[in-house]
Amino acid sequence: MSTLVIAEHDNASLKGTTLNAVAAAQALGADIDILVAGGSCDGAAQAAAAVPGIGKVLVADNAAYEHQLAENISLLVAEVGAAYDNIVAPATANCKNFMPRVAALLDVAQISDITAVDSADTFERPIYAGNVIATVQSADAKKVITVRTTAFDAVASEGGSATVEACGAVHDAGISAFVGEEVAVSDRPELTSADVVISGGRGMQNGENFKLLEGIADKLGAAIGASRAAVDAGFVPNDMQVGQTGKIVAPDLYIAVGISGAIQHLAGMKDSKVIVAINKDEDAPIFQVADYGLVADLFDALPELESKI
Amino acid sequence: MKVLVAVKRVVDYNVKVRAKADGSDVDLNNVKMAINPFCEIGVEEAVRLKEAGTASEVIAVSVGDKSCQEQIRTALALGADRGIQVETDGNVEPLVVAKLLKGVVDKEEPALVILGKQSIDGDNNQTGQMLAALAGMGQGTFASEVAIDGDKVKVTREVDGGLQTVSLNLPAVVTTDLRLNEPRYASLPNIMKAKKKPLDVYTPEDLGVTVTTHLTQLKVKPPAERQAGIKVESVDELVDKLKNEAKVIS
Repeated sequence: MSTLVIAEHDNASLKGTTLNAVAAAQALGADIDILVAGGSCDGAAQAAAAVPGIGKVLVADNAAYEHQLAENISLLVAEVGAAYDNIVAPATANCKNFMPRVAALLDVAQISDITAVDSADTFERPIYAGNVIATVQSADAKKVITVRTTAFDAVASEGGSATVEACGAVHDAGISAFVGEEVAVSDRPELTSADVVISGGRGMQNGENFKLLEGIADKLGAAIGASRAAVDAGFVPNDMQVGQTGKIVAPDLYIAVGISGAIQHLAGMKDSKVIVAINKDEDAPIFQVADYGLVADLFDALPELESKI
Repeated sequence: MKVLVAVKRVVDYNVKVRAKADGSDVDLNNVKMAINPFCEIGVEEAVRLKEAGTASEVIAVSVGDKSCQEQIRTALALGADRGIQVETDGNVEPLVVAKLLKGVVDKEEPALVILGKQSIDGDNNQTGQMLAALAGMGQGTFASEVAIDGDKVKVTREVDGGLQTVSLNLPAVVTTDLRLNEPRYASLPNIMKAKKKPLDVYTPEDLGVTVTTHLTQLKVKPPAERQAGIKVESVDELVDKLKNEAKVIS
């Protein structure tokens, strides 16, 4: 049995989500190699080689893979993955983009967003926005799997010395091109890897009021998130959305401000270690999952909180 | 230019779905069904392309038993021109749906196929990408903006940390994210008109596809419950608890 983990990276470095995917791969009980596909991605490849317990790191370094275009990456992963029993990737926006394409090319199902490995062919995954956990069994000889990263503790990033070798042909499907990107530049940590997250909901009333979260976020080194209601209302961009259809987070501390606690939001944050809810509606469902609830007007509570931490 | 838009019949997003007590499946007795919200955004986008003069015809397709005709009619009421139902026994897996849609794509040869990024029942987020792979098309998933530009389509995508824009050769597949548009409500006259619009029914055999099963759902269970904690009386007490009890801030 052998497992290929697809690395999530930014060419220069390995993303932490890769370490969660490796943890899920370990649960499958097979030998693990990592594939790093990118452009000028030596930094990421070296970081992957330092992960303990990895057989080898396969590197496909070509301009065709620099921006992770699904049309090109999927051809590569299908080719390299042909020799493996399992192909595993973190369920990030990037891997969710190309992994189903890989599965279709290999004519197998994809098992999306697994939260537990019961055996080599049986997995748990949330459905219906996390209201239900399904146990599914795969009949495919080859398994294409994406991993809900918050459900698996990251493996160590240092201590290994895997061999690094080039792999795969250059696949450029020639049907898509990268035009540009607008990546939010921020000194704050990324939502999915932050130790502390503070999120605002519809109770924030407008986008301007999200500034009230910024001072607290700066003091705590927190990332700022939002509920779907706040995104739908146009307060903040969608990449801040925490929830079943947005980002899944599990920080040490999650502070929900003006968020009622719709199930689809809870699905995205209920694995946080400590949850704080600030809401003026004492019956809000968010209080049913909060370790510490404060029934208060957020416009009074936030400035006070900022001054006292 | 022809636009094909796929719609799925799912449990209404306001319904809180629960596992049956015996864990055999989810309890869907007498629950309200609706068009998947992301598919509705897809229909809206297709109709807007037609209203802008970019698309000449919008075809709504759904895979499922006869009841999914209701959601096809919803799409027709929102402005699609005609419908196609691919008749199957209940829900089939994303890979099979993608193969069936590929069959429809081969028949209709649309320049653009629009799907929701995921359905709110299975939460798989697979079908659009799989269809694109099978049809050899480029894909613009999680789209927040779609602009047709000659024989290409420029798609702005919601990615981790921001937005990415790609240019795809047509024909191409687009999957919708929340911010792409805000769907309209169907007017009563349009609902009446939709009843008269053509709706063709195909079987998987018509499309040369064998329905296969790759994944079996063994059981379902409710998610782990989280215990409610305590209510604090003041910001001071909150800060004290976080520092000295939970020890998550210093």
